[in-house]
Amino acid sequence: MKYEAVIGLEVHAQLLTDSKIFCSCSTKFGAPPNTHVCPICMGMPGVLPVLNKKVLEYALKMALATHCKIAPYSVFARKNYFYPDLPKGYQISQYELPLAEDGYIEIEVDGKKKRIGITRIHMEEDAGKLIHDPYRPLSYVDFNRTGVPLIEIVSKPDIRTPEEAVAYLKMLRSILRYLEICDGNMEEGSLRCDANISLRPLGSSEFGVKTELKNMNSFRHVERALSYEIERQKSILESGGRIVQETRLWDETKGITRSMRGKEEAHDYRYFPDPDLVPIVIDKDWIEEIKRGLPELPSEKKRRFISQYNLPPYDAEVLTSSKSLSEYFEETLKEYNRPKVVSNWIMSELLRQLNKDKKEVTECLIRPKDLAGLLKMIEEGTISGKIAKSVFEEMYMTGKTAKEIVKEKGLVQITDETALRGMAKGILDRYPNQVKEYKGGKKKLLGFFIGQIMKETKGKANPQLVNKIFKELLDEE
Amino acid sequence: MKISKEEVLHVAKLARLSFSEKEIGLFTHQLNQILIYMEKLNEVDTSKIEPTYHALEITNVFREDDIKPSLDKEKVLSNAPKKDRDMIVVPRVI
Repeated sequence: MKYEAVIGLEVHAQLLTDSKIFCSCSTKFGAPPNTHVCPICMGMPGVLPVLNKKVLEYALKMALATHCKIAPYSVFARKNYFYPDLPKGYQISQYELPLAEDGYIEIEVDGKKKRIGITRIHMEEDAGKLIHDPYRPLSYVDFNRTGVPLIEIVSKPDIRTPEEAVAYLKMLRSILRYLEICDGNMEEGSLRCDANISLRPLGSSEFGVKTELKNMNSFRHVERALSYEIERQKSILESGGRIVQETRLWDETKGITRSMRGKEEAHDYRYFPDPDLVPIVIDKDWIEEIKRGLPELPSEKKRRFISQYNLPPYDAEVLTSSKSLSEYFEETLKEYNRPKVVSNWIMSELLRQLNKDKKEVTECLIRPKDLAGLLKMIEEGTISGKIAKSVFEEMYMTGKTAKEIVKEKGLVQITDETALRGMAKGILDRYPNQVKEYKGGKKKLLGFFIGQIMKETKGKANPQLVNKIFKELLDEE
Repeated sequence: MKISKEEVLHVAKLARLSFSEKEIGLFTHQLNQILIYMEKLNEVDTSKIEPTYHALEITNVFREDDIKPSLDKEKVLSNAPKKDRDMIVVPRVI
């Protein structure tokens, strides 16, 4: 039987506020343990949490960017459970009456567009961090992360393949980054993803029994874990077995998912409205104000890049994958208005270097106008395309401009025809055998002669000119 | 019976409380009394009344996103029964 996977993702995004969601402690990552905590986030009796307005604004931005309907009235709820990283014994979250519901984003897999629905987006607080002792049955609790603001984005079960799941996740991350409300770092946990997955016979509209997957800290993990889980469930179903509804952890080193036995599975959170936090009322004017402040989002920008700059969809996709990269591209165009040439340099040279060093374009030493400067020097014939690549590398390492490097190293292209012709003649004299072969029809040897002159000039000879000169010399003799 | 003994045991377990057989009997009885009393509310017609999610009528109370000093580490850890390297030590749970 052919099976189809039904996948829904729950994504938690840490919001880039300075202070926590309900108190004024710092959210800064990497502080010494238990130094960013106060009676409110520690859950001491008698304290009063108050919502950070920026958290609400950020959540509203995401909700509007993903076409959700904003609830005119929404409340916080307590989710009750015991775990050492949760000092209050409950997490402040939203349950009934979440901030936003029923939106969607568009993804593209293999050139096919697809809409993935979003069930809801709500605000909640993060829990603390547990560090497990490798030798003794002990854990160490650091409450710094307790109360750091999160939004949870729950997708509809519209995802059918691991590839779609990754595309959805990448698009969410891209939107979060465009909005500048989350840094989207999966390895550091500022973007986290859990997946619900079940199989059903292809064509069926009922849902099978699902499992919940956790502990996937990168796009690659998500893709591998889902692929593994599909195969695991398929082989159980094919051998007549039944899927057990449970939470499973992805083990990246072994490449398998395994059951989280032992952890309390009975989800009985006894939610109720939090009496400490007053309801949130959002009116139309506020929604309009947030809407007006939204930046151009990745999908719109991609469409614009295709139509305005005549770029292939692939280029537009890559260039708009991050806001800073798209801005880098457009800044470069201000100084050098040949979109496809700029796109080629960014996509090949620049991204190759950045990916190699795992750097963001914002950390790049080459400023957009410096890249434009380099491209102008190629166009004006001052340097050859080949030399330009080594100049580019030097610029990338040192932050110097192309002009400075070309001047320092004397890389200006030789376009003096008389000088080049003299050198070319010398080379032909030195290689009489090759000249004979060339004249005998082995025209490929033209490359050999050009290679010789490039060697002599350290690559500085203008290639078109050299090509012309050799052809003239060889064909006229 | 509004609530069974099993349900009382379940709620007690979720709250990490353990009771003697006698106490369970007592609480089951008392909780039933309370729930029966609450039943009275069902006699009122509420079909035209919006559900109440909050007792207060005020809405939209916010604070600005400003950082203020946190609690001294010594105070933070002062209630911890066991601590090590500025962290609270608990039995391993996973």
